[in-house]
Amino acid sequence: MAAPVLEVQALRVAIRGDEGLARILDHVAFRLETGRILGVVGESGCGKSTLIRAILGILPRGAQIGGGRVMFEGEDLLAFSEAELNRQVRGSRISFIPQDPYLALNPVFTVGAQLLETMRRHRPGTRQDHRAELVRLLRRVQLPDAEAALDRYPHQFSGGQRQRLLIAAALACAPRLVVADEPTTALDVTTQQQILLLLRELVEETGVSMLFVTHDLGVVAELCDDLCVIYAGQSVETGPARAVLNSPMHPYTRALLACHPDRSEGFTGIPGAVPLPLRAPPGCRFAPRCPEARQACPARTSHPRAAAPGRAVDCILYDPVPVEAVP
Amino acid sequence: MLVLRKFLRDIPAVLGAVIVLGVVLLAIFGPWIAPYPEDASASHLLRRLRPPSAAFPFGTDNLGRDIFSRVILGARGALKVSLAVVGAAMAIGVPLGLVAGYGRGILSEAIMRVTDVFLALPQLILALALAQLMGPSVESAMLALALTYWPFFTRIVHTETQRLRNALFVDALQGIGASTPRILFLHILPNILSPIIVRATIGLGFTILVAAVLGFLGMGATPPDPDWGLAVAQSRGYLPNAWWFATFPGLAILVAVLGFNLLGDGLRDLVDPRLRRSR
Amino acid sequence: MTPILALRDVAVSLGGRRRWLRPSVPPVQAVRGVSLDLAEGEILGVVGESGCGKTTLGRTILGLQRESRGEIRLDGTVVSGLDPRAARRARNAVHYVHQDAAASLDPWWSIGRTLEEALVVQGLRDAAERRARIDEVLAAVGLDASARPRYPHEFSGGQLRRVALARILALRPRVVILDEPTSGLDMSVQAMVLNLLAELRRRYGLTYVFISHDLSVVRRFCDRVAIMYLGRVVELASATEVFAQPRHPYTRALLAASPSLASETRPRAPVPPGEPPSAARLPPGCAFSPRCPHAQPRCREVDPALEQDGRGENACLRWREIAGADDPAMQPA
Repeated sequence: MAAPVLEVQALRVAIRGDEGLARILDHVAFRLETGRILGVVGESGCGKSTLIRAILGILPRGAQIGGGRVMFEGEDLLAFSEAELNRQVRGSRISFIPQDPYLALNPVFTVGAQLLETMRRHRPGTRQDHRAELVRLLRRVQLPDAEAALDRYPHQFSGGQRQRLLIAAALACAPRLVVADEPTTALDVTTQQQILLLLRELVEETGVSMLFVTHDLGVVAELCDDLCVIYAGQSVETGPARAVLNSPMHPYTRALLACHPDRSEGFTGIPGAVPLPLRAPPGCRFAPRCPEARQACPARTSHPRAAAPGRAVDCILYDPVPVEAVP
Repeated sequence: MLVLRKFLRDIPAVLGAVIVLGVVLLAIFGPWIAPYPEDASASHLLRRLRPPSAAFPFGTDNLGRDIFSRVILGARGALKVSLAVVGAAMAIGVPLGLVAGYGRGILSEAIMRVTDVFLALPQLILALALAQLMGPSVESAMLALALTYWPFFTRIVHTETQRLRNALFVDALQGIGASTPRILFLHILPNILSPIIVRATIGLGFTILVAAVLGFLGMGATPPDPDWGLAVAQSRGYLPNAWWFATFPGLAILVAVLGFNLLGDGLRDLVDPRLRRSR
Repeated sequence: MTPILALRDVAVSLGGRRRWLRPSVPPVQAVRGVSLDLAEGEILGVVGESGCGKTTLGRTILGLQRESRGEIRLDGTVVSGLDPRAARRARNAVHYVHQDAAASLDPWWSIGRTLEEALVVQGLRDAAERRARIDEVLAAVGLDASARPRYPHEFSGGQLRRVALARILALRPRVVILDEPTSGLDMSVQAMVLNLLAELRRRYGLTYVFISHDLSVVRRFCDRVAIMYLGRVVELASATEVFAQPRHPYTRALLAASPSLASETRPRAPVPPGEPPSAARLPPGCAFSPRCPHAQPRCREVDPALEQDGRGENACLRWREIAGADDPAMQPA
């Protein structure tokens, strides 16, 4: 197996707030192979945005790395200084597509000025080269009238067009990894489908790898090669997207898929609520809502096991020797 | 509780709160605290212009009255004026702002244009003109200040109401058939109370200052009231020898105004939605 | 049987304003001639992308938005053509649940007070009766009386939907307009909210207008579906039919574009290029024609009306040809 572009190993992140220490991420582990799209799926409050911030090195003040590594092309990003990240990683080797294209562009500057600024910082060449490259990219992302688009202001574009602009911006410096944070959530379905198809094509053409964070299992089914399911800050199941969606193994993945209107017979839902990171249960955090919970679940330390080829599940059911407390 | 903890971390605001509390206590209990409460009106020509001493900590004035007592007794008048002025300004300004902010028609346009005209008038000039017209007295000063202060409330309430008019909960209330007065006074008003309170707090300090200026110019309180501004005015003839005569009433004005302003700033930071994370 | 709610050629224009000494704002045709019948007890899904007029249609049925043309009948009685207050009174059997439940509740009012207010406004004078009814609806939506002294920010998104539902239920509605009732909710919570909605319908004999953009949910939950595009209903049929045999090209495009777990097995129609034009600048003829893969010159001249197509209605000039081309029976093997 080729070396992964990104490998997150047993990552734990806590944030100290007014009310105490919130353990937002409590053992997240996955790997993203070169040229593939990994979907990271979780419900709100599962720690998706903290994960993105940890990878991009923009954790808020008060955040503490409790352990683990974020290996990017063989180097641990968590060991980088702020200056090193800016110089070597952010914007150049890792780029970011934000959720809301309305907020990501400054309304008082032309889009050309904003996009060329990033290129100037991270890419050799003259301004003319940059401009030509950018126009080529804007054509590639099917933005109508690419040449003139550079001199227009963000409000002159529709939501879908703005998202295309940001995709072009993310690719402008030929990154190795693109991190996309729910880039289609704010869009209508037909526009969303256009963007998903475009992302797929771009990944295949450029060989870039993509981390695609979303809450929408349907989007994962459409776009992603691999899948990592996160529940309350713990990665519970990883594997090829198709295989995980068709035969989920972790009880949470099973319950989540059973809630999807394409799958469910009645509408049942999962009883209970996602625990707050401040008051997370010990051990497996899904145990209090899990239909298959054992007595040993709260004492179990997170450890993903290879449960099938290419798949890892972090659950007591798949531990090699089932530890059953027999009185 | 979180709000209180955040407030207590803001030292200037706490200082302001302590000062305001002090002024309020002096205003209520002044006659019992002051060592010579009868000096509000009495005069003792035998002990004129004594410098500060153990018996008279702030010295005595041109009529031999204890300045310390008169500073304490002046708190009530200052607070009474500013409360009345701000109260009246709110009574005029808040309903006008609500109506103007909620409606879209000619009426709300008219209210806002009138508000702008009043905002453009310099407060002190209008107050002086009114005082001239009606003769100098505390009442005419209060009326003049109230007439010039209400537009500030109308402006704030108008902006906030306009923002809330399109809020979903207002829409939902219209959906269940709630009447306009109900929406305005029971729902929108409580929601915009915090900026009003902030404005009012700062307004109280500001009014104390302007009332003192009017007193100084002889257009407000009349002798022998223990008014801070009036005292500063009377002291002019005895400077620089009787420095205490001007200094202590002046300091009283400074501290009181500062207190209200610090408190108001602190409250504004507390309710500013950009700074507020959770309630 | 008389439909509980009937719309005939209802049109709504929004935002047009003539201003003094300033350029006037031309109105936008948000809803352009919608005719619908709503049978008692059914769930009608109204589906479309943002800007298609589905929320405006809902607000017009409620009476908060005034129709510029057309007729609305409630139980056979005409309730259109009235000023907003009178319209709202006449349509008191219709109620509306907002998409954003948190924002539809006054943050300064406790849940109990908010619920009680709805009843006070509706003129229920007896305090004991009000209390009894609030307890009843709170129980019906799966909350208990301990919710009453609490404030909106203390509740989760799913619980707030329940509160918003309870507020409406207390008013004893017959038709409830649900505006995107599942958007922004997590999958597990969404399933519970839908479950609750189904149960409430049974228990109170409600009729739902279910506004949504989520086709997966509509398919599972609705009896009939109206697909809207730029202010028009372009297809109207039972949910089964619409999803099995979409007739209008826009419906096909929408189905093709909506993400689904069964993405690998499902037939794919091409995703239409571009984005919906603004309702302020409508193209001539059929509004979908600039993006339609089947458009012909006459599509750009004639604006088609809904017509019967055997299993429902659709508004496409060429639906017969398109359906014929797709029908496997008519293709050589």
